[in-house]
Amino acid sequence: MADQNIALMAHLMRRAGFGAGREELEARAAKGYEATVEELVNPKEEPIDQYRFVRYHPEFIRTVTLPGMGGANWLHTMITTKRPLEEKMVLFWHQIFATGISKVDHYNVMNAQLTMFRENAMGNYRDFLVALAKDPAMIYWLDNNENHAEAVNENWGRELLELFSMGVGNYTEDDVRECSRAFTGWTIAKTPPRAYGRYDWVFEFLESDHDDGEKTFLGHTGNFDGEDVIGIICQQPATARFVARHLYNFFVADEPQVPSWSVTPPKDPEAIEILAKAFGDSGYELKPVLSVLFNSEFFKNARFAKIKSPIEAVVGAVRFAGGAEFPAPGIGNLARQSGYMGQELLNPPSVEGWHTGVEWVNSGALMKRINFTAGVLGDIERPGIQTIIGKLQAEGDLAPEDFVNTCLDLAGPLEVKPATHRELIEHASEKGDLSWNSNQAANASTARVGEMLKLIASVREFQYS
Amino acid sequence: MTSTKKDPVLVVLQLSGGNDYMNTLVPYTDPLYRDYRQNVSIPENDVLVLDDHIGLHPSMGPLKGLYDQGKMAIVHGVGYPDSIRSHFRSMDIWHTCEPDKNGEEGWLGQAARDLDPNKENIVTTVSFGYSLFRALVSPGVPVACVDNLDSYGLLTDIGVQEERTKILDRFARMYAPAVGNDMVMDYLGQTGLEAMAGADILKVAHQNYASSVEYAETSISQKLKSIAKVHLAGLGTRIFYCDQAGFDTHANQLGTHATLWKDVSEGIVDFFSDLREHNAADNVVMLLFTEFGRRAKDNGSGTDHGSGGAAFAIGDAVKGGQYGEYPSIKLEDLQHGDLVPNLDFRGLYSTVLEDWLGLDAKPIVKGTFEKPRFL
Repeated sequence: MADQNIALMAHLMRRAGFGAGREELEARAAKGYEATVEELVNPKEEPIDQYRFVRYHPEFIRTVTLPGMGGANWLHTMITTKRPLEEKMVLFWHQIFATGISKVDHYNVMNAQLTMFRENAMGNYRDFLVALAKDPAMIYWLDNNENHAEAVNENWGRELLELFSMGVGNYTEDDVRECSRAFTGWTIAKTPPRAYGRYDWVFEFLESDHDDGEKTFLGHTGNFDGEDVIGIICQQPATARFVARHLYNFFVADEPQVPSWSVTPPKDPEAIEILAKAFGDSGYELKPVLSVLFNSEFFKNARFAKIKSPIEAVVGAVRFAGGAEFPAPGIGNLARQSGYMGQELLNPPSVEGWHTGVEWVNSGALMKRINFTAGVLGDIERPGIQTIIGKLQAEGDLAPEDFVNTCLDLAGPLEVKPATHRELIEHASEKGDLSWNSNQAANASTARVGEMLKLIASVREFQYS
Repeated sequence: MTSTKKDPVLVVLQLSGGNDYMNTLVPYTDPLYRDYRQNVSIPENDVLVLDDHIGLHPSMGPLKGLYDQGKMAIVHGVGYPDSIRSHFRSMDIWHTCEPDKNGEEGWLGQAARDLDPNKENIVTTVSFGYSLFRALVSPGVPVACVDNLDSYGLLTDIGVQEERTKILDRFARMYAPAVGNDMVMDYLGQTGLEAMAGADILKVAHQNYASSVEYAETSISQKLKSIAKVHLAGLGTRIFYCDQAGFDTHANQLGTHATLWKDVSEGIVDFFSDLREHNAADNVVMLLFTEFGRRAKDNGSGTDHGSGGAAFAIGDAVKGGQYGEYPSIKLEDLQHGDLVPNLDFRGLYSTVLEDWLGLDAKPIVKGTFEKPRFL
């Protein structure tokens, strides 16, 4: 039976971070749960130097890279960060404020957006929306640079309401129009033509291209600009509930897909109300609502209630097994793996982001996911796997059932269904007890541990977070 | 023509993002079109003329060839009442035929269930792309989702064949349906087993493939080439699905839209040439659709979300020509500045389901709708 403190800590770290190795879990469990939540929400550790990666990989800056590899710097941050919740929140916002390289075609500008996300990820949501409206990657992605006083482009205005704040059903087509007018003239400053690489993009407010006329938006009338509109959005109860539901869907348990939220009630309406209230009471600050969430009973009871996203599967496996902390050659290939499973970083399929939960799973994506995670967990050279082998060896000779149970405990702790458990034990029994009493036996046992972890990574239960 | 009694096959090509109807089928003689499209219009001299009113986008030359051979049907004004201008929601409606609530089952998922009720063939439906399109989803109905035929296989890194076989046997037993009522676990189990079985079947597809057709390196051409490989292998696949993204042309539309249609048109024509070379084209019909059209007036450099659009059906069995009516583009007839669709997409589906796949459309599209008679 797994230690419940370790099991709960593993749950917290999978959700509020990208998982953790056994030693980190033990150290955190010793400090206590609430203290760990506090440290995740208010991290004291140094952030990752964003230039470290490009010092080793100058080819990733200002160049056209192969598809899927532009996210390598970010992936490296997710693997190495000591501020895991902050980085998880960056991923959270990337899945909502989904911006794609497919159109932006400028990795520097995308990485600048991530830096802006990191600064705002656990800050004030209203300020974040204003920063988002001024973010050059977002402006270009949703064509606000083509939103003119005399020719309104509704792309940004619509998605701000539909996808970034309130959700379908809480505004009219006229509100979309008026909202878009308020953002006319919010654009990107002209850059010189490309000569030696590309120039970074900078936000510019063009007063001459801004429609300063009267607007009626969600029942309010005035000569609104974008900040005014965002202020009105942040007074709507729908907005707090929408963000709360996103937090629940991302951190607690899989909800139906976002477009159905206007017609499908939440799984746990009470939890949504608790989160929405904490969010509203604090004036849309994110840290208080995150503390409430992680300390809640509905969160603690939601162990393995979510399908891992491809990024969670990749980063989780790599952080667990170790061996990828240095940005060695090959990290570009590593950065592509989640794309093969259906989630290419910095390249969502559209502005609506990815479909999540059970929709991460299809035959091809599941195959890629299993192949990757089984490959990493079965790699006996990796330091995290060496640790597991060491711990098993310290137990001395083990009967098949104890061998399986110890592996499940160390690889999670992972809870599996009785039928899965039985199969794993049967598999272990084929080669008898695990023995370390000679070099030959130890070598054979080491290989068996690798194989068992490979099998564990491929079971259905392992695909949950 | 169908003396060989081959089973009918459907290929769906989804144009994601909302294809601009008015610049795909251009009402090139209508002065209102020039008024609405001050910046984003196709010059009259460039359109590929179909008749006195309508011409195709200049990038669609290869498709114009199929049209001239009588192998392409154009269906006008397709959509649904009270169009929704959210990509996500509108695509869901097209996928599930449920405009008023959240649909769980896709129309082709149900079609696949009816085509293969005993689930005898795990590759009845094959989809190319990273994600599973909701159109294909139906509980218990297998779908093979392939991104790349060459690397499709489970735990292929276990070098020793004997070891791999043992592990895969164990995998199969652990993924076997458990007694219980955990739907997600069941779904994972079924998907895992399908992945294993599907990989074994599909790997033969490209081993035996040879063709003189040289497809372009574009993503859509490569997907269509993979579809050709699986079709030519004779694995009994009845429904293929793929998409071309990028039609959400709010800005800089002219260049983007031209490239998209060039890539799509070339891919389709190469695909049919490939099938024809192998005498395997006559039982294939391809359907092209998009979730909505775009605003009648341009916004200066692109077009915003609109409603109503065109669909296309291509194949030897298709009765070429134009079906339905181009919706009025008179200002007083527009709703929210958009064309009003006059042909329900569920009628389009009904034609395909009943007159091509030989199924009862009513339970799938949930009603009876006017069918354009292109099959």
